[in-house]
Amino acid sequence: MAASPILSYVTYLPLLGILPIIFIPQNNENGKGLIKSISLVTSLLAFVASLRIYYGFNEHVAGFQLVEQVQWIASYGISYFFGVDGISLWLALLTTFLTPITILSTWKAVEKRVKEFHIAVLFLETAMLGTFFSLDLFLFYIFWELMLIPMYLIIGVWGGERRIYAAVKFFLFTAFGSLLMLIALIGLVYFNFDATGKITFNLLELYNVRLPFFFEAMFFAAFALAFAIKVPMFPFHTWLPDAHVEAPTAGSVILAGILLKMGAYGFIRFAMPLFPDGSAFFSPLIILLSVIGIIYGAMVAMVQPDIKKLVAYSSVSHLGYCMLGLYVLTPQGVEGSILQMLNHGISTGALFLLVGIIYEKRHTRMISEYGGIAKVMPIYSTIFLIVTLSSIGLPTTNGFIGEFLILVGTFMVNKTAAVLAATGVILGAVYMLWMVQRVFYGKITNPKNEKLTDINLREFCYLFPLLVFVFWIGLFPNFFLEKMHVSVNSFIKQVKTESVTEKHAETQKALPKLTLNENIFSNPKNQNKILNFGE
Amino acid sequence: MENLIYLIPLFPFIGFLLNGILGNRFGKSFVTYVGCGTVGLSFLISLGLFFEILGRSPEARVLNQVLWSWIAVDTLSIDLAFMVDQLSVVMIMVVTGVGFLIHIYSTGYMHHDKSYWRFFAYLNMFVFFMSLLVLGGNYIVMFVGWEGVGLASYLLIGFWYEGMPNADAGKKAFVVNRIGDFGFVIGLFLLFVNFGTLSYGELFPKVAHAFESGALSMNSPLMIAACLLLFVGATGKSAQIPLYVWLPDAMAGPTPVSALIHAATMVTAGVYMVARSNILFTIAPTALMIVAGIAALTALMAATIGILQNDIKKVLAYSTVSQLGYMFIGVSMTAYTAGVFHLMTHAFFKACLFLCSGSVIHAMGGEQDIRKMGGLYKKLPITYITMLLATIAIAGIPPFSGFFSKDEILWKAFTFPYAPVFGKVIWFIGACGAGITAFYMFRMIFMTFHGEFRGDEHTRHHLHESPYSMTVPLMILAFLSVVGGFFGVPHIIGEQLGHFPNYFEEFLHPVFASSHNIIHHAVHATHPPVFVEWGLMGLSVLIAVTGITIAYNIYMKKYPALPAKLAEDYSDHYKLIYNKYFVDEVYELLIVKPFYYLSRFFWKVVDVIGIDTYCVNGPGKVIYQFGEWIGRVHNGYLQTYGSFVVVGLLVILSYILIIQ
Repeated sequence: MAASPILSYVTYLPLLGILPIIFIPQNNENGKGLIKSISLVTSLLAFVASLRIYYGFNEHVAGFQLVEQVQWIASYGISYFFGVDGISLWLALLTTFLTPITILSTWKAVEKRVKEFHIAVLFLETAMLGTFFSLDLFLFYIFWELMLIPMYLIIGVWGGERRIYAAVKFFLFTAFGSLLMLIALIGLVYFNFDATGKITFNLLELYNVRLPFFFEAMFFAAFALAFAIKVPMFPFHTWLPDAHVEAPTAGSVILAGILLKMGAYGFIRFAMPLFPDGSAFFSPLIILLSVIGIIYGAMVAMVQPDIKKLVAYSSVSHLGYCMLGLYVLTPQGVEGSILQMLNHGISTGALFLLVGIIYEKRHTRMISEYGGIAKVMPIYSTIFLIVTLSSIGLPTTNGFIGEFLILVGTFMVNKTAAVLAATGVILGAVYMLWMVQRVFYGKITNPKNEKLTDINLREFCYLFPLLVFVFWIGLFPNFFLEKMHVSVNSFIKQVKTESVTEKHAETQKALPKLTLNENIFSNPKNQNKILNFGE
Repeated sequence: MENLIYLIPLFPFIGFLLNGILGNRFGKSFVTYVGCGTVGLSFLISLGLFFEILGRSPEARVLNQVLWSWIAVDTLSIDLAFMVDQLSVVMIMVVTGVGFLIHIYSTGYMHHDKSYWRFFAYLNMFVFFMSLLVLGGNYIVMFVGWEGVGLASYLLIGFWYEGMPNADAGKKAFVVNRIGDFGFVIGLFLLFVNFGTLSYGELFPKVAHAFESGALSMNSPLMIAACLLLFVGATGKSAQIPLYVWLPDAMAGPTPVSALIHAATMVTAGVYMVARSNILFTIAPTALMIVAGIAALTALMAATIGILQNDIKKVLAYSTVSQLGYMFIGVSMTAYTAGVFHLMTHAFFKACLFLCSGSVIHAMGGEQDIRKMGGLYKKLPITYITMLLATIAIAGIPPFSGFFSKDEILWKAFTFPYAPVFGKVIWFIGACGAGITAFYMFRMIFMTFHGEFRGDEHTRHHLHESPYSMTVPLMILAFLSVVGGFFGVPHIIGEQLGHFPNYFEEFLHPVFASSHNIIHHAVHATHPPVFVEWGLMGLSVLIAVTGITIAYNIYMKKYPALPAKLAEDYSDHYKLIYNKYFVDEVYELLIVKPFYYLSRFFWKVVDVIGIDTYCVNGPGKVIYQFGEWIGRVHNGYLQTYGSFVVVGLLVILSYILIIQ
C-alpha cells in the first residue's frame, strides 16, 4: 500500500463535500449560493488533488501504480483494491477536470432542489472515480451500479419534458447490461475457484484464468453487452439521444464527457483482457458495429432538427472511432482510441455546454429557431466554431490527433475498415458545418434572437479551459501519449498473446473437466471450502 | 537562415492572433500594420532563404528545421518539421510575395467593411497555414496546412455570412475539400504502411532506392494506388474534375480572397503536392496518364463554360479551373518544372486579373455582370491597362509570361516520354483549350472595357479609378505578368537570344533529378527535330490570335446581335454550357438527395421504429401487458380465488387419475 492513499483521497473528497451541503437549508438565496460554492470548491479541490496522481505516476513502469489494497470480505476474496495505470490516469483526470466545469455551468440553470442536485453530482463524481480506479471486480461492480442512481435522478428530476421516459430508458438499458455482466462475473469467479481452489475478485489474479472457449465467449458477450450499451455501440444506442435531450446541461456533459467512456474503458480493463479469446472471436463483429456506428451516427446526426440530438448522435459516431481503435490492437489505434475518449469528453462536453448556454436564453434547441446569431453573439459563435472544428478533427486541434492515430492504426491491419471509417471524417464536416451555418449564419430571421446577449464572464471561465485543451492536445499530444505507451503496450500484449494460445486444445481439455466438477457441493473437499466462506 | 524558417509561419500567426483578439478594439490602422507587416516580414525572410539557397552549392540547397516531435506512437513518429528546398522556396516567395501585395490591396478594397479586423485576421491565418503547407518537411505537416487553408477558405468565402449563399458556398468548399482530403489521407496511410515514414527526406530516397533495387517495379499497383489517392486530394484542393464544383461558388468571398486563395496560392497546392511527390508519380506512369486525362478534360471543359459566363468573377473562376488543368498536364507529363513554372506565372497574371476585377467591381458599386459594363477603359485607365496585360499573358501571346509557361507544358505533353501518342492527344486538347481561353478572356475584356456603357446612370456617375493602395499592387503584378516568363525561356529561344539560360529549370533541376534519371533509364525518348518545336510554338500563337480575333469580331463589332443569334440557333448547346453542364444539379440528384433521404430513413425508420418501437418499447409493452393480465387474478374477489382453487384441484386430480 502506498504511503498516502491518494486515489482514495481523490475519490472520496467529493463525498466529504456532500456532508456540509446536507445541513444547509436551501429555502433562501444565501443557502443556495453556499451549496453551490461548497460544491464548486469541493470539485476544484478534487481536481487539484488528482494532479498529485499525475505527478506520482511513473510512465516507465508497467502495471498498476499508487496501489491501495485492503482486505474487505476476506472469505470471498473481496478486497478494497485501487490502482491506476496510464489509461485510467487520463480518464480519472478528465473526470475531476470536467466536474467543476459542469458545476459552474449549472449556476443559473438549476434552481430547483439545488441541494439534491449538487449532492447527486458530487456523489456521481465519487462513483465515476471509483469505477476507474477499481481493480477488484466486486468493488468495480458496486461503483458501476452506484453511477446509475445519481445519473438516473439527474435526468429524471432536473430533465426536460419527457424526462421520465428518458430516465427509465436509460436505467433499463444500462441495468439490463449490468445484470448480464454480473452473471458472467460470478461465473468467472467460479471458474477461477474451480481451477485454483481459491475465491477471489481480484482483477489481476482473474486475468490469469483460462476458461473453456465456449464460456469465455459467453462471458465476454455478457460483459461486452453491458459495455456496448454504455459506449453506446450501434444498435444499442437509442437510449442516448433521449437521455441527452431530456437531461439538463450538466447531465449531458457528464453523460457524454465521462459516463460514455465507461463503456470503452470497460472493454480495455475488463472485457478484453479477461476474455482474450472471446474478444478475438467477436472482434470482427465489434469492428463491423463500430464502423456502422461511425457512419450511421453521422448520417442520423445530419438530419436532426434538434442541436442536442445532433450532438448526441455525433457521440455515437465518435465513440465508434474509439471502439474501432481499441479493437485493431495496434499501439496507434489503442492510444488514438484513449486520446479520442479524452477529446470526446472535451469537445462534446464543450458542445453540450454551448448548447446549454443558448438554451438558457431561448428555451429551445431547435436549429430552425435560430439563424444569424453570429451577429449578436460573436464571442459565443467563435468558441462554438473552434469546438466544432475540434469535433470534426481539424489538424492542430485535439480531434485530429485522435482520429488520425485511430485511422493509421486501423489501416495497418484492416484497410477496409479504415477506409470506411475515414468517410466519417467527411460526414462529420457535413453535419457540424451545416448545423453551424443554419444556427449562426445568414440574417436573423427570428426576432426573438435579436436581443440575445453574448456569453458572460462565468460562462467564458468554464469554456476557456476546454479550449486550452483543444489546442494543447492538438499541438503537443506527446504530453498525453507518453504516459500511455507502457500501459498500452502491455495491454496489447496481454490481449494478443493470450488469444493465440492453443485455443482449441484448451477447449478440448477444459470441457470434460467441467462436467467432472459440475457437482461442486457433492465433493467433500469443495464443501469444506464453501463452509469456510462464512468464517 | 536555416534556424529562421519557423518565423515565416510564425509572423502571420501572430498577426492572426493580434488581429483576431485585439483588432476590434485597436482600430483600422493597427489592423493594417499588423496584417500587412507580418506578411511582409515573412516575405523578407523568404527572400533571405532564397538568397541563402542561391549562395550554396547545388548539393547543399536543402534546409531543414525540426521544431518538436509532434506525434510519436510506436513506429509512427511525426515531427513538426520544415524543409526548404528549391521548390518550396519558389512557392513560399510566391505565397508571401503575392500574399503581401494582396494584403496591401485589401486595405483599400475592404476599407469600408465593418469587419475589417476579422478579414485581416482570416487572411493572416490563411498565410500561416499556406506556409505550413509549403514549408512542411513531411506529409502530415503539409496536411495540417492543407486542411488549414481549407478552413481559412471556408471562413473567407463565408466572410459576409449574413448572406446565406455565401455561407452555403463556404460550407460547400469545405465539404468538397474534405472529400478530397479523405483520399489524400488514405494515400498517406498507404505510403506509411509500406515505407514506414512520411517525411520527405526519408520517404523519397527510400522509394527511389526500392525502385532501383528492383523491390518496386515500374507501375506497381501500390504506387498507382498511392498516387491516385494523393491526386484525389488534389482534385479537391485544386478544383479538378470531379471535385471542381466548389471553386466557382467560392467567388462569393471578397475579391482579394478570390485572388489570393482561389487563384494564386491555395488552389495550386495540389500542383505543388504532385511536384513535391514527383518521384512517386514518375514510377507510376498509369497514374500520370489518368491525372493527365482528368487535367486535360478539366482544362477544356472549364474553358467552354467560361465562354458563356456573364459574372466577371465567374469567368475568372472557370479560367482558374482551366489553368489549373494546364498545370496538372504539366506535372503529369513529367514536366514538373513546367507545371511549377506555370503555377508561378499564373499566380502573377491571375492575381492581377482578379484584383483588376475587384477594382472594376469597386467602381461599379458591387455590380459583377459584364453585360451591364462596357467602355470602362476611359474611367479606369490603370485597371484597364493592367488587366489587358494580364489577359494577354493568359492568352499566351509572346513574350508575355503565360506564353512561355503554357507553351512549355504543351511541348512537354507533345513529347511525353512514357506514351507518345497519348501525349499528343493531351497536347491537342490543351491547344484547343488555349484557343478558347484566348477567346473568352478577350470577350471579358471587350465587354467590360470597350463599347458603350450599358449600366444605369447612377452607376455611371460613380465610376472612378481605385486608390493607389489598390492600383500599385495591380501595376506590380501586371509587370510580373509581362516579364515573369523570362525566368524560364525555352532552350530553343534562349539559343537565339545568345545562350539565354532557362534559369527556372536549372534552379529546380535537383528537386526533380532522380525522376529525370528514372525516366531517362526507363524509356529511350526520341527528340523530335527542332523545326517541330518551332512549328508548334507558332501554332500556339496562331491559335491564341485566332481566339482573340473571333472575340474581337463578335464582341466589338457585332455585339449584342451575333451572340444573341448564336444563342438562339444553338439553344440546346447554349443551355448546356450556360448551365455548366448541369453538374451541380446532377450531383444534387444522384448523391446529395439520396444520401439525405437515406439518413432520414435511418433515423425515422431504423432508429425510431426498428430499434425503439419493436426492440425496446415492444418487449417493455409485452411485459407490461403480461403484468396487467396476470394482475387481474389478484382482484380481491373471494369467488375468483375460490374458482382458481377448484380449477387447480381438478387439474391435479385429473393428472393423478389419468397418468397414474
